[in-house]
Amino acid sequence: MLMKPEQEEQIRRTVDNPKIQLAVYSATARLKEKREEAVASEALPEYQELRTQANRIKKHTLENLDVYLEEFEANVEAHGGKVIYARNGAEVADFILGLARERGVRMLVKSKSMTTEEIHLNQRLEHHHLEAVETDLGEYIIQLAHDRPYHIVAPAVHMTRQDVADVFEKNLADPRTEEPEKQAMIARRNLREKFLAAGIGISGANFLVADSGAVCIVENEGNARLTTTAPPIHIAVAGLEKMIPRARDLAVFLKLLGRSGTGQLLTVYTSFLSGPRRGREADGPGEFYVVLMDNGRTRLLADAEKRQSLYCIRCGACLNACPVYRKIGGHNYPGAYSGPIGAIITPQYEGIAKDPWLPFASSLCGACAEVCPVKIDIPKILLDLRKEVVEDRAVHGGGFVERKAFQMYGWLMRRPKLYAMAGRIAAKMARLPGAASIGPAAKWGSVREVTLPARKSFRDQWREREKSK
Amino acid sequence: MTPREEIFDRVRKALGRKPGEKPAPVPEPRIRIPEIPPERRVALFAGRLEALGGKVYRAAGLAQVREIAAGILEGAAAVCSTDPLLEKAGIPGLTGVAGGFQDEPSLRAACALAPFGITGADYGLAETGTIVTRSASEARLISLLPPAHIAVLPLSRLLTGLDEFYTVLPKPADASSSTVFITGPSRSADIEMILVRGVHGPRVIHVIVVDEEHATNR
Repeated sequence: MLMKPEQEEQIRRTVDNPKIQLAVYSATARLKEKREEAVASEALPEYQELRTQANRIKKHTLENLDVYLEEFEANVEAHGGKVIYARNGAEVADFILGLARERGVRMLVKSKSMTTEEIHLNQRLEHHHLEAVETDLGEYIIQLAHDRPYHIVAPAVHMTRQDVADVFEKNLADPRTEEPEKQAMIARRNLREKFLAAGIGISGANFLVADSGAVCIVENEGNARLTTTAPPIHIAVAGLEKMIPRARDLAVFLKLLGRSGTGQLLTVYTSFLSGPRRGREADGPGEFYVVLMDNGRTRLLADAEKRQSLYCIRCGACLNACPVYRKIGGHNYPGAYSGPIGAIITPQYEGIAKDPWLPFASSLCGACAEVCPVKIDIPKILLDLRKEVVEDRAVHGGGFVERKAFQMYGWLMRRPKLYAMAGRIAAKMARLPGAASIGPAAKWGSVREVTLPARKSFRDQWREREKSK
Repeated sequence: MTPREEIFDRVRKALGRKPGEKPAPVPEPRIRIPEIPPERRVALFAGRLEALGGKVYRAAGLAQVREIAAGILEGAAAVCSTDPLLEKAGIPGLTGVAGGFQDEPSLRAACALAPFGITGADYGLAETGTIVTRSASEARLISLLPPAHIAVLPLSRLLTGLDEFYTVLPKPADASSSTVFITGPSRSADIEMILVRGVHGPRVIHVIVVDEEHATNR
């Protein structure tokens, strides 16, 4: 059995929760529709060409990653910044904690970053009494609720305005309101103070640009701009795979990212940041660091086929397109990344033994690959991972019953007369009352319609036809 | 091994590459600049920005820029950047407008209180309704902290779109630590997918497109 009973139970609770089903279904439907309009051939005739280019540029960058890492580092330093290398999440946290201690910083602000979610950065910092405040509206709500992001692009998509009102009422001094507009203004007021008082701003990076030593960050609210502008220190935390060679490659990626994520031609703010504030500039941070994190990425890089999993630009389109994500939601995926992309990168970052069921949580319908702006062949990678899980279990003794069953089936298949007889018996037995509620059929049938075998097998029908000629 | 050495070692082993090995030729991105005459550009720019809730004005000269700005402000306080074009237009002379901030603490204090921030725009991108701010004369906070933003964009700086921008400015980081594309007012749909404007940045953006070419030598 690949999935633990408590995981199965948790999924069932999500599927049976009409509030969450409605929230996730309608939000993903909306995002899906907006994406479709934005990439339609009337709106963007060059869409397919851009996808091919984005795929080629990412492929090239990863195949030559050492060169671009060196170039990136040299250019960050030329602009007065510094690059830090971290093998894992603990090293990312150690660097931030060390710097905060040195500079006497007690509180920092953060803009949305899936990479820092991946390594549970906030918990690591708070463990050492460094307050880390999320500033993206959705992330802020999630943080106050002690919850975790539900969707790569829309972290609080599973919560209603009443949920938000409850969370704010419990944590903030402001009077209760269930109007999203007023709730957003409460967040604005409370967070404005934090921005202006924070000693460090931590951002992610959508792209690392080698020829400029720059990080590129896209967002809609302005919290990433504030995070990277107001505090005296800016630290960008990014996975190694976010690299692209040149600033002008953004002409390809920016056209795809906003459209695929939310249907926007460009997000409201696109920041291109390199180094601390320079001579005549009136504001901006005095110190600029980029932390480049491995945390499993180089292991993935070694596999020439599955390496494409690292092309992902985190647009979230595959989540919105996925019938499984839309049904089971974001929290049933282990790790920070949900949906089809999560199903391929989480097992590769953390090893397939941890959640072996994950690559099987797909109907292989291919919708994810169809909408992926960088053309990651997600179904192909899911199949490769399934193969690895099966092989791994064969080695480690798992799946005994399944293997025996297939061995018997193979034995039977080589004996046509016995096979035909067994088929006739099975067809009769399947029609006995209650047959669908015992053994493997019960499990399979619990979420599917069990189809009964025909009363007369194809082989028997064929024989009769031939006789009657 | 330091983390840096170990990561480079892992990367090179994974790829089967040696230190100093040259990269394969890099694929060129698709860059295609459409031909759009200036008047059509303005219409396209205005259409895009207005669809996002922004407002676009057209000024024949700097005197008119001042007039339009005064009409938007209606006497309200504003912080204005040190863009020479704004000075030429006499924006800092308008009632309630403070400018010339060189030090960060006073700039920050002014921006935190003022209802309006007034900046120049180094470029505009017609296809997306975007303005670009990047030069040293454009403090980042002026287009960020006040709840409303007024930007003055010279028509000669209105480019067609991203492709033209990266052709004109292939390495934006060379001259500035920050290049920001601003496409409409700050927004969020994080609560029930309902659109809310002005979450952290300005909830209103006004762009005045001016015909004069006084700002070409920035």
